[in-house]
Amino acid sequence: MFNPQLTAEGHLKHLLTIEGLPPAILFQILDRATEFEAVARQEVKKVPHLQGKSVFNLFFEASTRTRTTFEIAAKRLSADVINLNVSSSSQSKGETLLDTVDNLAAMQADMFVVRHAESGAAHLIASHVGPNIHVINAGDGRHAHPTQALLDMYTIRHYKQRFENLRVAIVGDVLHSRVARSQIHALTTLKVPEVRVIGPKTLIPRNVDRLGVQVYHDMVQGLKGVDVVIMLRLQNERMNGALLPSRDEYFKYYGLTPAKLAHAKPDAIVMHPGPMNRGVEIHSEVADGVQSVILKQVTFGIAVRMAVMSILASPPSSAARA
Amino acid sequence: MKIHIAHGRVIDPISQRDEQTDIYLAAGKIVALGRCPAGFSANRVIDARGKLVIPGLVDLSARLREPGYEYLATLESEMVAATVGGVTSLCCPPDTDPPLDEPGLVEMLKHRAHGRQQTNVYPLGALTQQLQGTRLTEMGELFDAGCIAFSQANAPLVDTQVLLRALDYAATFGFTVWLQPQDHYLSRGGVAHDGEVASRLGLPPIPSCAETIALSTILQLVRETGARVHLCRLSSAKGVELVRAAKAEGLPVTCDISINHLHLTEHDIGYFNAHCRLIPPLRSLRDRDALRAGLVDGTIDALVSDHAPVDVDAKQLPFEAAEPGASGLELLLPLTLAWARDNRLALTVALDRITSAPARILGIPAGQLSPGQPADLCVFDPEREWVVTPTTLKSQGKNTPFLNLPMLGKVSHTVVGGFIIHEDARA
Repeated sequence: MFNPQLTAEGHLKHLLTIEGLPPAILFQILDRATEFEAVARQEVKKVPHLQGKSVFNLFFEASTRTRTTFEIAAKRLSADVINLNVSSSSQSKGETLLDTVDNLAAMQADMFVVRHAESGAAHLIASHVGPNIHVINAGDGRHAHPTQALLDMYTIRHYKQRFENLRVAIVGDVLHSRVARSQIHALTTLKVPEVRVIGPKTLIPRNVDRLGVQVYHDMVQGLKGVDVVIMLRLQNERMNGALLPSRDEYFKYYGLTPAKLAHAKPDAIVMHPGPMNRGVEIHSEVADGVQSVILKQVTFGIAVRMAVMSILASPPSSAARA
Repeated sequence: MKIHIAHGRVIDPISQRDEQTDIYLAAGKIVALGRCPAGFSANRVIDARGKLVIPGLVDLSARLREPGYEYLATLESEMVAATVGGVTSLCCPPDTDPPLDEPGLVEMLKHRAHGRQQTNVYPLGALTQQLQGTRLTEMGELFDAGCIAFSQANAPLVDTQVLLRALDYAATFGFTVWLQPQDHYLSRGGVAHDGEVASRLGLPPIPSCAETIALSTILQLVRETGARVHLCRLSSAKGVELVRAAKAEGLPVTCDISINHLHLTEHDIGYFNAHCRLIPPLRSLRDRDALRAGLVDGTIDALVSDHAPVDVDAKQLPFEAAEPGASGLELLLPLTLAWARDNRLALTVALDRITSAPARILGIPAGQLSPGQPADLCVFDPEREWVVTPTTLKSQGKNTPFLNLPMLGKVSHTVVGGFIIHEDARA
């Protein structure tokens, strides 16, 4: 199928979803991120890759962490960064999504980093903007959060070196999670042989096995022998109602405690995209324990976002030279 | 006006006629097929050589967006779309603004629609006031004002007691109730079939049981009340099964599907194509095949355009936020022909689903070519290819999943009541 995020030559034009990206592009991003990780340790934490470019952080949905890391990444690449919290401005005045985008494009934007509460918003914007504007999906509805998945892959590679021999479990609210969807696509694209999702039936989408994962409802069974445990955030509004009876019961069956983690491999790492709900999906002892790499994920997130932005901003010919 | 349609291939599903012959029209009626009646002298001869002459299409669902939504479409533009599409009779659902729940509104609509020679418009009255599902409308008055049946359109009727009473009341007068089976709670917030695509794209799902549960409820109430019910827009294989069983049982039900559901599946959503945001949602390939089989064997009686013009801006939104619906009046015929070709169906069978079958559901004198019948018919070139574009579509609604795709078959003449209301010299 036609892939809207690639050029005719197969180069990355937008980053909208992991689905459909060839492994080579994922590795290109991870490798570039390795280069940028060193930048953070320099005295001067800046490189000139995006000098003179304007990056618009277009957040239609509140976010602190993702927006901040994108902002830091763009600034370290020497871009001009404009943060727009659109939910509180033009949308409330009745301007349509695409009108907002058109107006910003008219201000000579080079890149949009978009977060939106509805699935497909980034695709819509990408299909609408001119050929010189790049769109990065920073999370759309339940659909995708590709940079989060990439930084997770970066973290996994950092600790486990390779993907072809891993067993990875994703635990929690897969149904509503754009992070989980992108992680599943990234893990299968990178040829992780066994990807498991663990959660109650109310939080696991039907047909999720078609994405190449195994479904577990028993967390202890699902964690047996895994190398990587990825916990998902359970949003407050899902905790009491028809999806789940209570946070206590959820924690009892699907919260990651030291006892449950003991079923994973002894050197298993524990990841979480944040923000965490301690005592709901994860026990503090695990979150702060030796196996937790949660804060490293945040650090790597900057390098990975720098990598994505620099690859998008550089024309393929110069990318080849780099 | 006397018209002689010469040398066309005449297809009449009811009489199973499929032959090259001539048709003679006078005083708004078909006066003869084959031999010229004595003393007939035509004012106008249409040369239909190489073309098909069929009963005018009867479309059971076309939104004209009046009153209330004139910015989306006007009666004028949509009536043109109907005539260009060969549609000579259409039903408009009551989900206008305000809804068609008062005789005055219906009279106004009928007056506007009958202002000149054009497609016959049969309004569906609202089943409940404001379509709110709580109080019954004055069905008798609405019927007298011109409503042909009563419907909730896509508005939910959650209260089963109200539904039971609505069916009982309608049955008192022998009115047919049209219901789109979709459980309110199971479809709440959903926008796509609960399948692979929704799981992949992260779209809120609507399971097939939203349809089967609503269908089971309706069928049980039909058993209870004996009311005649027309089921609108089936979408699932299991739904077709339930209707097949209900018909075998002898329940007084009929049903239809839309051209979109006949041809498309959830996979056509692709990367969030908002033109595929429809009610009910497009389902799996297996469901689509079951709908096709049901339409062939007659479980599904009729094929409809489910014409719903939507403003460009209302579609240029993320899939979930996009307004549902597709433009279809001009695609009903070519998509029926495409289905017939794909499934090697006799045209007498395929065309029945858009002419005689829907006319039978409505109980109107239409959908057949025989002497004495109203002269409602269309002539088309089955080989003429055209591409669906915002320019080729006459409807104000340019929203269709078939945009930019080629169609085979174009209407050259549409005749209503003996008047040529559409003529395309090139077709």
